[in-house]
Amino acid sequence: MDSVPVADTWSVAGRTFASRLVVGTGKYKSLEETAAAIAASGAEMVTVAVRRVNLSDPGAPMLQDFVDPKVYTYLPNTAGCHTAKDAVRTLRLAREAGGWNLVKLEVLGPPPHLYPDMQATLEAAEALIRDGFEVMVYCADDPVAAKRLEDLGCVAIMPLGAPIGSGLGIQNAAMLSLLIEQTKVPLLVDAGVGTASDAAIAMELGCTAVLLNSAIAHAGDPVTMARAMKLAVEAGRLAFLAKRMPRRMGADPSSPLAGLIR
Amino acid sequence: MGEATITVNGQARTLHDATTVAGLLATIGLDLRKVAVERNEEIVPKSAYALTMLADGDALEIVHFIGGG
Repeated sequence: MDSVPVADTWSVAGRTFASRLVVGTGKYKSLEETAAAIAASGAEMVTVAVRRVNLSDPGAPMLQDFVDPKVYTYLPNTAGCHTAKDAVRTLRLAREAGGWNLVKLEVLGPPPHLYPDMQATLEAAEALIRDGFEVMVYCADDPVAAKRLEDLGCVAIMPLGAPIGSGLGIQNAAMLSLLIEQTKVPLLVDAGVGTASDAAIAMELGCTAVLLNSAIAHAGDPVTMARAMKLAVEAGRLAFLAKRMPRRMGADPSSPLAGLIR
Repeated sequence: MGEATITVNGQARTLHDATTVAGLLATIGLDLRKVAVERNEEIVPKSAYALTMLADGDALEIVHFIGGG
């Protein structure tokens, strides 16, 4: 009866995940709220940033005290890096701090769009891969650039659905579908999701997984929204596997016309 | 060794005695398992903390993981 695979997992860089939701750990009110929301999301992989330690308060609680790297796969990012050199330096430090080489590369243009700088992203990806990193890469919904990144050896392609932190939802369904069609490695929608239905739409298009942060962290009730996102990603994935009915212009009655009383 | 001035996370710091990276981290009070150190733009592996002597003019970055998207 149940035609959906029992273990519908996905893999990247030799690691296998059951959850198709990857969440950021930024923008929360507290580390306690971060931990509670991530637990409710069911995510197994979380993005993290690398920053200077506050030397004047060395004993302050750290993210690792609340979000255990033994439980969650940390995906260090390059947020704030605007050059390939900065990205490589940052992730070398991340590799030393965490001891693993799976990373999220993002090299952004200026506000207000923070749109991926694809030329700098390509340069950084090449340098990181040469240095032994396994690179999941945030990118524009540009099939030519995405193919170059895949050919360079990036282990996941992660186009935006809308600008980072905008919550505008999936603004580029047609372009994402093209990317999904051409990409042989996992494809994650990274950025743009604002609410649960956006995450479901991304999964219905056939994405491997969804990466989001603000949609949970900036919700009125982050923990409840985290659970909504978990369910939405599962629902969207199931709908994709189930294959939706064809769209048609006219109505088609759901009840048989035969046997009506006269 | 006399006095040495180094930069740690952008802040100048004076060392009065010969100091290793391990010694500096202990003085600051950091949990070694949760940080990474770069000295003059080169990673210092954890295994080398106790062997790496700091020299006048060194620039160190000491980082950790924080919340991010």
